Amino acid sequence: MTPDLMEEGARRMQAYAQRQAERTASGGRSASFRRLVKVGEPDFAHGVALYLEDITVSFDGFKALNNLSLTVNVGELRCIIGPNGAGKTTMMDCITGKTRPDAGKAFFGSTIDLLRLAEADIAQIGIGRKFQKPTVYEDLSVFENLELALADDRRARASLWSRLSGAQLDRIGEVLTLIHLRDDAQRTAGLLSHGQKQWLEIGMLLMQDPKLLLLDEPVAGMTDEETERTAELFLSLEGKHSLVVVEHDMKFVELLTQGHKTVTVLHEGSVLAEGKLADVQANDKVVEVYLGR
Amino acid sequence: MDMSAVASAPLELQQRRGLLLGAAGWTAVIAVVLIITVGIPVLNLVVPADSVFHVSDYTVSLAGKILCYAICALAMDLIWGYTGILSLGHGLFFALGGYAMGMYLMRQIGRDGQYKADMPDFMVFLNWKQYPWHWTFSDSFVFQVLMVVLVPGLLAFVFGWFAFRSRIKGVYFSIITQAMTFAAMLLFFRNETGFGGNNGFTDFKRILGIPVTTPQMRVTLFAISGCVLVAFYLMARAIVHSKYGRVLQAIRDAESRVMFTGYDPVAYKLSIWTLSAVMCAIAGALYVPQVGIINPSEMSPAASIEIAIWTAVGGRATLIGPIVGAFFVNGAKSWFTAAFPEFWLYFLGALFIAVTLFLPNGIIGLLRKKREARL
Repeated sequence: MTPDLMEEGARRMQAYAQRQAERTASGGRSASFRRLVKVGEPDFAHGVALYLEDITVSFDGFKALNNLSLTVNVGELRCIIGPNGAGKTTMMDCITGKTRPDAGKAFFGSTIDLLRLAEADIAQIGIGRKFQKPTVYEDLSVFENLELALADDRRARASLWSRLSGAQLDRIGEVLTLIHLRDDAQRTAGLLSHGQKQWLEIGMLLMQDPKLLLLDEPVAGMTDEETERTAELFLSLEGKHSLVVVEHDMKFVELLTQGHKTVTVLHEGSVLAEGKLADVQANDKVVEVYLGR
Repeated sequence: MDMSAVASAPLELQQRRGLLLGAAGWTAVIAVVLIITVGIPVLNLVVPADSVFHVSDYTVSLAGKILCYAICALAMDLIWGYTGILSLGHGLFFALGGYAMGMYLMRQIGRDGQYKADMPDFMVFLNWKQYPWHWTFSDSFVFQVLMVVLVPGLLAFVFGWFAFRSRIKGVYFSIITQAMTFAAMLLFFRNETGFGGNNGFTDFKRILGIPVTTPQMRVTLFAISGCVLVAFYLMARAIVHSKYGRVLQAIRDAESRVMFTGYDPVAYKLSIWTLSAVMCAIAGALYVPQVGIINPSEMSPAASIEIAIWTAVGGRATLIGPIVGAFFVNGAKSWFTAAFPEFWLYFLGALFIAVTLFLPNGIIGLLRKKREARL
């Protein structure tokens, strides 16, 4: 046996011993070894709020989503743009349980498999959704709309005896002020303007206190001033919540991204480009998709 | 902004909402209960028949019947007016409650029937030697009263569980309920089902050993029906003024929003649906001893549609509306069928069209609009 071979063998034995020593339950990432994962609560220790992998949805042969993969980090504000029919709303449907994808994975945090939960469960673990068309309870007052959205026991029997606590009333008051509907609290929601209904629905999302907010065209039908105020509101939520904003209004996207945040462009059901807004807008493929129409 | 000012107005609203009725409301409720339990019985039994204040037997029995209809309309309002689920099969629950009570009344006839036999006449006629299995405990009042609640309640629960879990909504749900009551009607028409076939049950003699056709019993049943209606009204009011009731209205206005807010609409729909069915069943049980007959025609689709008409005419999503509607439509019906018998159905159709076109919120909606305009 030559000295070379002996040295080589010793090195390999040492490397093996070191690998064994480093081996932990979390696959070598030391920090997570003693961390408990709570049942029913999303686990954000890896910094990922939403993880979509190869999601495919087809309606009668038409692929609304085609191997869509997307990762949204905790506290991130991610804007998603794309031409009509790019699959933006279908993507939200998949995340919130309205549509079951034909293939792919969707995780909230690193432990919760969204494809195994119903709509109401997904909402309860902390994903709030605003619809493209403002959807509020038209015959109830603004106050009652917010009251129903309040994070609380959602079961039928509990709601029968439910009374608002002082802290909950304060919370409703806060949100009413935040969405500028303080003076309209007793008005029937159906009588609000389109922009006010959008705000009310955003307010209802805030009452739910979700960890991830999905906002489908939140400023459609709003005046320029309302749009700016909405952008301010969303920027104030960034960091505390993760936000996914689908929007056509480029001015609004510019306001939200502040020149440095990531924008995702969807096209024909998959990600066409991802990067800063300026880079994405300069991307040849993106220009072609938008101008080609 | 001062935080206490922020919360003060909603707090006030919340306190107001905590009360079931105001002082005027409770006074009205007590007045109505007194009229039902003391006023009408005295005017019917004590005041002589030639006095202008005398309330005739005909009026008492008609009003007693309409009180049962009003309970149905109230039940329909909870499921249709507040939750937005139009049932066209509530007549089935009404009839099942009526049949459960009718079975007991049939057993109470004893040997006073046409055939002077131990068993009810229709069973003797069919040459049955022993009671079918579902008649085993029918001579027990307590058991049959339990069946009044349990059978329709269980049927509604099972039907609702499958329908709501499968997310059957809107017109599809209405059609299925209509089909359900129609199927039940065909089933009850068969003699072999053991409920007297197309003749149903009639010729009742006693209830709890007391003769059922006396004026005293008529007034008693009227008063019980009235009190049950008032109790159900108060219960419905408590329900729609709770958060549970607001979730029901939210389901009516935007069910998807309710789901994406984290509520499971199935539990809410199923509970109010079952409650509504049980209310109808109790109305049916009160109805049968008063009119003295129950047969499968109560399960006909038209009977169920009529309940929806009373509710719509009175005003959906107003609790008093359906009660007013039941009295208005049925009062008009008893007058019309006496004065112009051949035109009643035309009138009913015209009424429904008029309400749909001109009074989306019914009679009560119209009155409220008038009052608001005056203020």
